[in-house]
Amino acid sequence: MSTPLTHLQRLEAESIHIMREVVAEAENPVMLYSVGKDSAVMLHLAKKAFFPSPPPFPLLHVDTTWKFRAMYELREKSAADAGMELLVYQNPEAKERGINPFDHGALHTDMWKTEGLKQALDKYGFDAAFGGARRDEEKSRAKERIFSFRTASHGWDPKNQRPELWNLYNARKKKGESIRVFPLSNWTELDIWQYIHLENIEIVPLYYSAPRPTVERDGMLLMIDDERFPLQDGEEPVMRSIRFRTLGCYPLTGAVESEAATLPEIIQEMLLTTTSERQGRAIDKDEGGAGMEKKKQEGYF
Amino acid sequence: MSKSYQTDALIAEDIDAYLDRHQHKTMLRFITCGSVDDGKSTLIGRLLYDSKMIFEDQLAALESDSKRVGTQGQEIDFALLVDGLAAEREQGITIDVAYRFFATEKRKFIVADCPGHEQYTRNMVTGASTADLAVILVDARKGVLVQTRRHSFLCHQLGIRNIVLAVNKMDLVDYDQATFDAIVADYAKFAEDIGIAGFTAIPISGFKGDNITAASANTPWYDGPVLVDHLETVEVRSSVDLDKPFRMPVQWVNRPNLDFRGFSGLVATGSIKPGDAVRVLPSGKTSTVKSVVTFDGEQGAAQAGQSVTITLEDEIDCSRGDVIATADDPPEASDQFEATVVWLDDEALLPGRGYWLKLATQTVSASIAEPKYEINVNDPSGAGSHLAAKTLELNAIGVAEVTTDKPIVFEPYADNRALGGFILIDKVTNRTVGAGMLHFSLRRAQNVHWQPTAIGREEHANLKNQKPLVLWFTGLSGSGKSTIANEVEQALNLMNRHTFLLDGDNIRHGLNKDLGFTDADRVENIRRIGEVAKLMADAGLIVLTAFISPFRAERQMVRDMLPEGEFVEIFVDTPLEVAEQRDVKGLYRKAREGKLKNFTGIDSPYEAPENAEIRVNTVEMTPEEAARHIIDCILPLR
Repeated sequence: MSTPLTHLQRLEAESIHIMREVVAEAENPVMLYSVGKDSAVMLHLAKKAFFPSPPPFPLLHVDTTWKFRAMYELREKSAADAGMELLVYQNPEAKERGINPFDHGALHTDMWKTEGLKQALDKYGFDAAFGGARRDEEKSRAKERIFSFRTASHGWDPKNQRPELWNLYNARKKKGESIRVFPLSNWTELDIWQYIHLENIEIVPLYYSAPRPTVERDGMLLMIDDERFPLQDGEEPVMRSIRFRTLGCYPLTGAVESEAATLPEIIQEMLLTTTSERQGRAIDKDEGGAGMEKKKQEGYF
Repeated sequence: MSKSYQTDALIAEDIDAYLDRHQHKTMLRFITCGSVDDGKSTLIGRLLYDSKMIFEDQLAALESDSKRVGTQGQEIDFALLVDGLAAEREQGITIDVAYRFFATEKRKFIVADCPGHEQYTRNMVTGASTADLAVILVDARKGVLVQTRRHSFLCHQLGIRNIVLAVNKMDLVDYDQATFDAIVADYAKFAEDIGIAGFTAIPISGFKGDNITAASANTPWYDGPVLVDHLETVEVRSSVDLDKPFRMPVQWVNRPNLDFRGFSGLVATGSIKPGDAVRVLPSGKTSTVKSVVTFDGEQGAAQAGQSVTITLEDEIDCSRGDVIATADDPPEASDQFEATVVWLDDEALLPGRGYWLKLATQTVSASIAEPKYEINVNDPSGAGSHLAAKTLELNAIGVAEVTTDKPIVFEPYADNRALGGFILIDKVTNRTVGAGMLHFSLRRAQNVHWQPTAIGREEHANLKNQKPLVLWFTGLSGSGKSTIANEVEQALNLMNRHTFLLDGDNIRHGLNKDLGFTDADRVENIRRIGEVAKLMADAGLIVLTAFISPFRAERQMVRDMLPEGEFVEIFVDTPLEVAEQRDVKGLYRKAREGKLKNFTGIDSPYEAPENAEIRVNTVEMTPEEAARHIIDCILPLR
């Protein structure tokens, strides 16, 4: 038994420790659940952290109505399997104004996700929200604390973060203020995949390659997931063998051509690939190199 | 060019074999530190680049950024990969800790890239707190500098036992052995002086890649390990922790139903298996481990570094904050310590003020005494290494006594990071203002036993037929605190209530005549008044206090001393203009003329209560009306 722990065992233990600290110190925690692979790992860790109890907080999906259909299916199933309450929030204003990724560009993300998240957190009065972000994803994330403090208006001040020493997390805050907690901070994309493989965690089938209807637009390979996808002049859906490395709103998420249909093949492809994970997402390219940092200051996760 | 860490061939040919290998890697956390231009970010950028952690799109962005804002001409500026925040890219310096990840065939690494400037000591301490190893960078052209010494000292204080002295930019000194040797000799002397037991010196060039992943042809005179090989083989702390006695701070009690009661926590040191005898601290009760429960089934044992849930054979009291330990070798509990304290906040330490102290899963109220000394971090080995200090400012490190309001389970930091490291949290702003490392308990706490008294506070109060209260009047000088408090006391007296009024006259002239009006003295003033008020409340009295008491934290401290509901904060709300216009004692005039320093409202702050039980507005109410209102609020008195 006294063999040194592997890096995945240490990461797992750290994430579980973080989740238990939140449950012990926060009044009304929630887990943000995006149905992606990182969320799947986070949910799995939550089940482990509190076993034999079910995780003592609800799941919250801030929905844009534009996610892949396969994501909605897995969402319901995962929550039921974990024995957790699932809250789905859609920004009523975005819904009323018909905000969509085809006509509204950056406003789509702002209204559905950033505003939607803030509204949902306010509505339920959550004072701590778990998110699946990792430090290896993006430059400004690399500096974010595991317990990341937000003002009552959900702002993040990167220059005024609380020092975070050892594994001692400061969860104290005033009424209205909140904490975003990132239990997967120290995981890398490879760690996530390997853990999914080792633990047999169910993920959205779109991560696995299959023939799917697609069009090529602005250098991105987009999948036609439902009839709301407006084809432009000259565009003709083509069946291609594709998969997704990251999942968001389907009109904003680029697929890659791939034959990888098993987890080892996915990992193999990822290790031999030459572009980073978030490259398939349009969101990071807004506002130049500082895109994500700016979004986070405004309240984006 | 250096070798690539990742075996592309294996990934392509046999992914299962690769995954199996990767799965069994261990993890090392290390920190890189050094002076401003020693090339930390460049070195980390190099490690990421060589381990293929940089993708083509990132590399394309890097190449264009390098040409636009880089400092390396047309060559790739690796530092841009790492300096994440927009402010840093603009200023070209690292202002926060950034965590980076890479893996070799043997290990996964988490690197904390820490700032070099003195004003960012707190960030360096943060990065060092989780590190197993420190890479101290030195510019071969400049040698050991003030910052080198400061960073080495801080890493040593934070308990990092593996130090690598990376003499960087060797390409700029023509890979000269004599230069390298002289720097190593210089550093060795310093290291010995501050108690660093040993270190590994490596001549490198982060920019050119010498001795990073492979032995460089440019340094044939060097036969030690190259940087990555050393990082791959050094012993990680979790293996060291395994050989220590078992300790698990309880984070959370798991009670899904009446038949199951488990104690969840991260094992700090040692290991445990079902059947082992354990002791729960601080109560000292013993039991036996029944099972180690996990989602993956019951385990045969639990070891340091694992998050588990333990059940015990006996129904004994155990909750968050307690520590489960091996029965025959448990840690101590104490409420007075000597500690090294690092100050992390813009607002300086106030000796005597109550802060929240969080150690493992225990959170208690604690105060720090005036430091015994501050450590001169720029010259920690010299004759002038101890500085006299009355407080600790941002980034200062000192040694001081820490007193907690109840005993906490601890071990010296040098033996156990998890039970010896603590953070301090401001009770009002909730910021993390300090961090510390416990050295040892001051024995006298254990020898001062609480004398149990036969007649308790309840008996005292019953005899007086009243409920003890502390009516705490706070407000600016001249707001009318004493006048109103007097009215209230007279009214209570008429109601046959036993009261006592504490105000400036009977306190400042006697008990507190040694105190002035600095922030630290104001804190001590209120602390003593609070203790006296508490004793009087214990005696069953209704205590009225009339002091400016300008700081929220101290009013909160007194509130925390008393049972729930006995502290009644009364905000005598008078605008500064009105109080100054009244100027009953002529003090505002003196303060405005500069003859009176630290005067509240003029050159010393007043922090108004946010949730006072009672607020009286003296512009709209006469003192009699205010007193009537207060009496109405506190009735009934039984």
